[in-house]
Amino acid sequence: MVKLNIVESINLALNQEMAKDKDVVILGEDVGVDGGVFRVTEGLFKKFPTRVFDTPLAESGIIGAAIGMAVYGLKPVAEVQFSGFMYPGFDQLISHASRIRTRSRGRYSCPIVVRTPCGGGIRALEHHSESTETIFIHTPGLKVVEPSNPYDAKGLLISSIRDPDPVIFFEPMRVYRAIKQEVPEEEYNIELGKANIVKEGNDLTIITWGAMVRDVLKINEEIKNKYDLEIIDLRTLSPFDIDAIINSVKKTGRALVVHEAPKTLGLGAELVAQINEKALLSLEAPVFRVTGFDTVFPLAKLENYYLPTNRIKKDIEKVMNF
Amino acid sequence: MVKETVAKFSVDYLQVLNEKGTLDKKLMPNLTKSQVLWMYENMVFTRAVDEKMLSMQRQGRLGTFAPVKGQEACQIGIVAALDKNDVIFPAFRETAAHVSFGVPPENLFIYYAGDERGSKTDKNFFPTSIPVATQTLHAVGYAWAAKIKKDNIVVVVFFGDGATSEGDFHEAMNFAGVFKLPVLFVCQNNQYAISVPRKLQSASETLAQKAIAYGFEGIQVDGNDVFSVYKAAKDAILEMKKGKGPYFIECITYRLGDHTTADDASKYRSQKELQEWMKKDPILRLKDYIIKNKYLSRLDEEKLHDKVKLKVEDIVKKAESIEAPNVEDIFKYTFNEMPWNLKEELDDLKDSMKDG
Repeated sequence: MVKLNIVESINLALNQEMAKDKDVVILGEDVGVDGGVFRVTEGLFKKFPTRVFDTPLAESGIIGAAIGMAVYGLKPVAEVQFSGFMYPGFDQLISHASRIRTRSRGRYSCPIVVRTPCGGGIRALEHHSESTETIFIHTPGLKVVEPSNPYDAKGLLISSIRDPDPVIFFEPMRVYRAIKQEVPEEEYNIELGKANIVKEGNDLTIITWGAMVRDVLKINEEIKNKYDLEIIDLRTLSPFDIDAIINSVKKTGRALVVHEAPKTLGLGAELVAQINEKALLSLEAPVFRVTGFDTVFPLAKLENYYLPTNRIKKDIEKVMNF
Repeated sequence: MVKETVAKFSVDYLQVLNEKGTLDKKLMPNLTKSQVLWMYENMVFTRAVDEKMLSMQRQGRLGTFAPVKGQEACQIGIVAALDKNDVIFPAFRETAAHVSFGVPPENLFIYYAGDERGSKTDKNFFPTSIPVATQTLHAVGYAWAAKIKKDNIVVVVFFGDGATSEGDFHEAMNFAGVFKLPVLFVCQNNQYAISVPRKLQSASETLAQKAIAYGFEGIQVDGNDVFSVYKAAKDAILEMKKGKGPYFIECITYRLGDHTTADDASKYRSQKELQEWMKKDPILRLKDYIIKNKYLSRLDEEKLHDKVKLKVEDIVKKAESIEAPNVEDIFKYTFNEMPWNLKEELDDLKDSMKDG
């Protein structure tokens, strides 16, 4: 088995799905000849010249046109170069992609995937570090996926492309090339809506996703002799795997949510509410959240303060010693 | 150094039958008597549907909707030039396109009574798009997919003068131009975007000229003359089906009613202006032509109106006899399969219905 990073595993998934299904097309800015600014679509234009499109620079245009392609019957995979540039296309997602099935009473579906890099920690320009998943999770009719490693990235992307509904596929930039993992050459899918219990444990459930999974695993190494953590990588953020969460919290009695996105109304807020509704009597402590702040994402010199990484240990103590 | 003109453009205006009833025979498209009568019957039928909807809205039997009165020729002239495999992406005032393209007319009464089942059809007529200009991109994507699949169709998108100010309109025009897509952009310039007059919408002399900026042709036509609209569409579609790419038709027209049933156009339009446009009513103009050419006798023309009114009454009866929708319908089309949270919410709703 070859070892791949996330960029390579996504490229492999796109390559295989395009070879298998002639209805899969790729469109976006610089995705063709250039292979994408992160090289995720490298080589695909050469291999599938009639199905990979460099578009004019217009996010609403990309997503709106992808919607039209999808209702025709194609399976467009659109790339928005950075999630911070998604907003011009957000109208198309909230007003149309998410509603076409409802509005047409099931005649039309909108099987698009919008891939977009997200997250901080790469010393980037303004608008290049945000974690905006909540906006999409809050939009009925969209599915939201964010892999944390190369193996999942391939399996989740294949599932997303085959899914009959619109999927926003976030790709955590910080770990794009930071993790290498064995990725099978053959195709496989990872069911959307299913979390991955990265590590089983009995003391505390940590629920996280994306680039934060790697950080939590590092912390686990540091404190493994003190606490036996159960680490859940959510993988699909909408719909999230409620059973995995509730079963885990019922076992450990304690939970902590870790995410990069701002705290207020971040996905953590919903997870806390669900745990309260479904497992309150199992709790030994309140469910805490370690998150980004309700501020603009700072530039490079302050971004490590914004990211929750260095605050996780303190909050683990807070939950454990409540 | 040199300074010279590198590009020059012009925009044509087309009028075949003017409001005085004068026909330019050289410009008159090839149309049989039955085609002309089809256009006329659809225009009269649309007017009857629109008026019935308005009276039912006033009675509280329908919700808010956007009346089409005055714009029938813009839509029926286009539909007359289409094949049934072609596709229409409407905005929200396309009653005439809806009925003339063969979408069941009862759908309008079902939908505007607040029942989404009125959006379902097996015709190539997309559901209403209420956000302005967003549907132009769907038409582009659809046409793009058709081109990729070598499916020789034309995709029509309807929108108004206000839509030409939206970003999506420009992105759609740009994509269509760059990828040479078979999209027929049909702008119904009815002079107002709710209350904002055309001159405040754009400093461009015509809206048709916007096509030029995106590398394709546009024409301005008398949108109250169904022959002008038909000719422009027919000529364009002939070229488009040979692979020529997009085309833009600006139909100069006027909505004789309010923007929607919740609007009062007398606040921003003068009675005098309205009266002037009443004289240009597309139905009066075609009626004149039909009587002059003895396609219908005066008596038969009157009978047509009676026949149409009875037909509309039947349609309303059919629409109003539909059983109430189920609460499951709120949930079941959100995704292909209902996720756990929707199931939970639906169960809660059903429980609350039992308690009540």
